Amino acid sequence: MAPILQLRAVKAFYGQSEVVHGIDVAVEEGGMAVLLGANGAGKTTTLRAICGMVRSEGEILFAGERLDRRTTEEIAGLGVAHVPEGRGTFIGLTVEENLRLGGYTRGGRPQASMQRMYGYFPILADRRRQQAGALSGGEQQMLAIARALMMAPRLLVLDEPSFGLAPRIVEDIFTIVERIRQEERVSVLLVEQNATLALELADHAYLIETGYVVASGSAKALADDPQIRRSYLGY
Amino acid sequence: MHQLLQQIFSGLAAGAIYASLALALVMIYRATDLVNFAQGEMAMFSTYIAWTLVNAGLPFWGAFIITLLASFLGGMAIERVVIRPVENAPVLAAVVVTIGLALIFNSLAGWIYSYTVQDFQSPFPDRPLFGALITTRDLGVIGVTLVMLFLLFAFFRFTATGLAMRAAAQNPASARLCGVRVGRMLAIGWGLAAAIGAAAGIMVAPVLFLDPNMMGGVLVYAFAGALLGGITSPVGAVIGGLIVGVTENLVGTYLIASQLKLTVAFALIILVLVFRPNGLFGTAILRRV
Repeated sequence: MAPILQLRAVKAFYGQSEVVHGIDVAVEEGGMAVLLGANGAGKTTTLRAICGMVRSEGEILFAGERLDRRTTEEIAGLGVAHVPEGRGTFIGLTVEENLRLGGYTRGGRPQASMQRMYGYFPILADRRRQQAGALSGGEQQMLAIARALMMAPRLLVLDEPSFGLAPRIVEDIFTIVERIRQEERVSVLLVEQNATLALELADHAYLIETGYVVASGSAKALADDPQIRRSYLGY
Repeated sequence: MHQLLQQIFSGLAAGAIYASLALALVMIYRATDLVNFAQGEMAMFSTYIAWTLVNAGLPFWGAFIITLLASFLGGMAIERVVIRPVENAPVLAAVVVTIGLALIFNSLAGWIYSYTVQDFQSPFPDRPLFGALITTRDLGVIGVTLVMLFLLFAFFRFTATGLAMRAAAQNPASARLCGVRVGRMLAIGWGLAAAIGAAAGIMVAPVLFLDPNMMGGVLVYAFAGALLGGITSPVGAVIGGLIVGVTENLVGTYLIASQLKLTVAFALIILVLVFRPNGLFGTAILRRV
């Protein structure tokens, strides 16, 4: 099966400086790939390049379409849902309005998909009329994922969903992400600091250091690699 | 007592106009972090368009609606042509651009229509109502403003485009990720602000008479209203505008010579900035990280 997302020799830039130096990454249809690496390695920048938020060179293919040189809005319209670093919550809008925005590209009545999201995240249903800014960090992360899924995307891009959250909440969130991946048939590209958890869930992993892919392979192979275990898994 | 109520109602009619213009200012401020000093002159120019149409024989409400539509398109065009190039420039540069716009509209109106003061007929007859508590004209002005504000709030509250505009103003990067075309939303915001301003101009012209400097004072009152309400709050802008209208009228009647009324607006602006910079309803920018 052809990958749903494929990056070929992609470079990405912040202003004039090149941060990502020609990397190849692929996400299989229905699969989950994870980008691992230290802070500042270029993981977030790679995700931003996919969604047209930073300047990039090279080829980014999504379901047969070139994403490079498209605007962020167009890329969202094609079915790439990006939960950005910091969650991108619209803090002044209600929970329900945040979800409605997620469904913006699809038009029509969002009620049915909204109910499905409340099924995955019952806490959001309880808080649907509250300002999103009043939610806890974990709830905001759930809201961000639900907002992205309202788009009915083919690819879900998650930038460090565990950031700043208590370990138990992180596990809850990943359990739901895994369930969603199967039920919604959505492929996932994940950036994550929590390598242990990420390698358990993902089928493919890329290790990024200072803008280069230094190791890649099946998540299991990477998890068993002694050097990676020592540097990233800590045992 | 009767006179007091009279002054309050006539203050509300003036306040409704300040409220509209204040709302236009707030909309642009929220969307682009920019105080539009040209808001008053844009409204004045729109009013001349309405005046031209009425003189050409159109019925008043026909001219009103055409002017609002034309102003909407004009506001969008201004955003595209003049504001977008300075979108990422320092805020002072953008402010200077809006001041330049104000001068352009003022001179353009003077050149096309001359600086002679013109009479602009109100669509509402000037009859006293309820034992001369309020005139039909004041009531008409308040009514038109309320209908317009109601439609606007409904638009922002219930339509997908309205929601997308709020999202684009709040968090443009995240709005783009949701597929919202942020640039277009900003243009629509400018269009709406221009249309609201046009309505305010048309409503105030019969009282102030039409000339290119008509909106100068009104804009100051609108600023006072917007600041009082908290420059980020649309509801605050409306309430602030109404409070300014009533205060100005009462102070001008009972406390100081009416020639000094504009001072009230400046005094309010200074008081708000010193003692309550976020106004009555504004919020300091807070965010959870």
